[in-house]
Amino acid sequence: MRAATEQVLRPEEIPQACRQLTEEGARLQMAYAWFPEPGEPPEVLYLADRKPHEPFALLRCRLSGTEQSLDSLAPRFPLLGWYEREMMDLCGINFRGHPEPYPLVLHEGAHAVIPPLDPRYPHDQMVSFTAEPWQLPPMEGSDVQVLPFGPVRGDVLESAQIVFYYIGEAILHCHPRLFFKHRGMEKRFEGLLPELGVLLAERISGVDSVAHSLAFCQAVETACQCEIPERAKYLRVALAEMERLYNHLYYLGHLCHTTTLKVGEAQGKLLAEQCKQLNGIFTGSRFLRGLLKPGGLRRDLDLEALPQRLRKLEPEIAAYMRALETTNSHLDRLMTTGRLSRKTAFDEGATGPIKRASGIGRDLRSDHPYAAYAHLAMEKIPVRTDGDAHARAQVRMEEINNSISLLLQALENMPHGPVETKLSAQAGAEGLGWCEGPRGSTYYCVHFDGAGKLARVKVKSASFSNWRVFPFTVHDTNMMDYAINEASFGLTMAGCDR
Amino acid sequence: MPIWTLFGLKRGMATSSWPGKEDANLQTGVLGLPQFQPDRCQDGCRACAECCLPGAIGIEPGPSGERLTLDYGKCIACQLCTEVCPADAFRKSNDWAFGVRNREDLVWAEALASRPAQELTEKIQQCFRRSLHIRHVDAGSCNGCESELQALNNPYYNLHRLGIFFTPSPRFADLLLVTGSVTYAMREPLLETYNAMPEPRWVMAMGTCAISGGATGGGYSCAHGLEGILPVDMYVPGCPPNPAAMIHALLVLLNRAAQSVQGGHYVQ
Ligand code: SF4
Ligand code: SF4
Repeated sequence: MRAATEQVLRPEEIPQACRQLTEEGARLQMAYAWFPEPGEPPEVLYLADRKPHEPFALLRCRLSGTEQSLDSLAPRFPLLGWYEREMMDLCGINFRGHPEPYPLVLHEGAHAVIPPLDPRYPHDQMVSFTAEPWQLPPMEGSDVQVLPFGPVRGDVLESAQIVFYYIGEAILHCHPRLFFKHRGMEKRFEGLLPELGVLLAERISGVDSVAHSLAFCQAVETACQCEIPERAKYLRVALAEMERLYNHLYYLGHLCHTTTLKVGEAQGKLLAEQCKQLNGIFTGSRFLRGLLKPGGLRRDLDLEALPQRLRKLEPEIAAYMRALETTNSHLDRLMTTGRLSRKTAFDEGATGPIKRASGIGRDLRSDHPYAAYAHLAMEKIPVRTDGDAHARAQVRMEEINNSISLLLQALENMPHGPVETKLSAQAGAEGLGWCEGPRGSTYYCVHFDGAGKLARVKVKSASFSNWRVFPFTVHDTNMMDYAINEASFGLTMAGCDR
Repeated sequence: MPIWTLFGLKRGMATSSWPGKEDANLQTGVLGLPQFQPDRCQDGCRACAECCLPGAIGIEPGPSGERLTLDYGKCIACQLCTEVCPADAFRKSNDWAFGVRNREDLVWAEALASRPAQELTEKIQQCFRRSLHIRHVDAGSCNGCESELQALNNPYYNLHRLGIFFTPSPRFADLLLVTGSVTYAMREPLLETYNAMPEPRWVMAMGTCAISGGATGGGYSCAHGLEGILPVDMYVPGCPPNPAAMIHALLVLLNRAAQSVQGGHYVQ
């Protein structure tokens, strides 16, 4: 696959190869499977991120006809646990010795005639479903109460179920049950032309529309060996940072909602709304949709007047963040809440602002620059080591400042010229694309079929990674802090469930 | 917390005077669903239908050759048709106030039956004289629709001032507001919520996903929105509908605003 160095291995060689990669300082990012030919056994791929500026590493392993199973790597690399369970559900691969061998993406009681990601799976056939009881951790002790909350929760929230084991106010254990919103998005790419595939990528997680469509477009461009025009690169940076801005501002407002700081909530959401309105004025879409396409942009954008609007907003944002940082009642609720250690963050796969708040200073924009990021002066990556809700908020605040700076730089240095190149995919082309979205690293792997259409698209979203990590910060805390902690992660369900 | 009191006082009021004043929707520049002018269409060109991912544009045999069909209830406002059409039969527009009571009104009709303007349903008037309480259920959205629903409570749109509230309990809800294309796993929780609501109750399909599935309907894990699952009283296409379109639809439901769309035609 282009953009990564590959090793083709036999199943039994995989564990050793993974160990070696990590010993060399690489971090595994994800694993997925696909069916290169209908009716033939699947291929499993493992992606690892080496040191900054080094190419990604990809391990590939074709399973043999008879036995579609592999040794689970989850005991050694916990962050692979969910990817393996996903492959069990969707690709029918068995992972021997998996520490949590339960369904994940498809709920208990959902039955597919053949694995849904098999290309022979009938296109419009819903899985059959009769709700079945599902595996919950066993519990001893008569004082412990179990409270399932959701999937329909209060307010306007995305659907998910959180099961609390608690005594009084103290949470002993938290067991999220997710994937109520699994829409089978990866399957939908099958057979599409990339120009239409990008519409799906925009709809994986609405508030990360640019992050997803950008990673998708870059994967397709890499597969097609297509170099996009300079102006398109700068415009893409501008769009990506506009997306970060409204997301992070909304995040701060929502965090105030959970600490009951009313004016702070109103102001954060007001600033986020102003950014969305700017998106609408300058691009026609409050979610910056309908702009990116493989090969560049669908149309040129006139952003001449944007810097002036941003400069007006900048002092307001700065004053807002200063006020938050001097409000003791707010800070009291955030500090020490939902601690995530560096080790857990690293092992369980935390990404984006979450990992940076736990001391891992990595950011794809500077480590593996794409679009025009290499030409722009990036501030230092904001890092905190406390790993609590306050650290997570602080990282995002600093990122807001950096975003504005990057955005202004991109607008100032915007080259003139065309915004798209024509591209076409050769039979069997493959590519990897990535993007540091507001919620963290987003990866897309695309495989083309013989006719230049998409055969398989794997989506690794930031929220999938961070939802896996989140419960580790909830065990042994208290009910009062739960909502604050969840808000401090800033997750989306749609991105996780896909 | 005196700093926040001061902050609030200094910031002053942000709430738009909408509805009422002109150009106060706060949606400047926001593209809506495409405008359709079939008489411009060139014979034999199928460019638009071929690029329409959710199948909102179709082709059927007409009296003189092929004819285009258009269903706004499936449109995700991706704008592709407006970019590929060589004859400007599809054009970008700012028409976003697309909430309708009848599904048929989203389907393009050649000849517009001249119907009486909105008949006021007295039942609704009586029930909602004071306020409306909404229970929202996310039945498998991309979170875009939620993001705009959450925006309704920001200081600009300030939904409360219109006497419209979100409520956590279905028992206090008058309106079930559904987003998403209804996954197999959300079907039961959705129906349970509906069944827990007291009568009379209404259902609003918010966003193209909830109307027909849009870009995410069908496949191994989704239905086609509320089609065949619940009776719908108000359809609001858009991907997502912007906050002003959402408010407009709520007011149409309450007979406090006029519907803008009839037989697929947008009337200002
Ligand atoms: S804007 Fe609507 S009608 Fe046009 S191509 Fe997109 S979905 Fe189809
Ligand atoms: S209608 Fe569009 S914005 Fe709304 S949930 Fe569906 S894909 Fe997302």
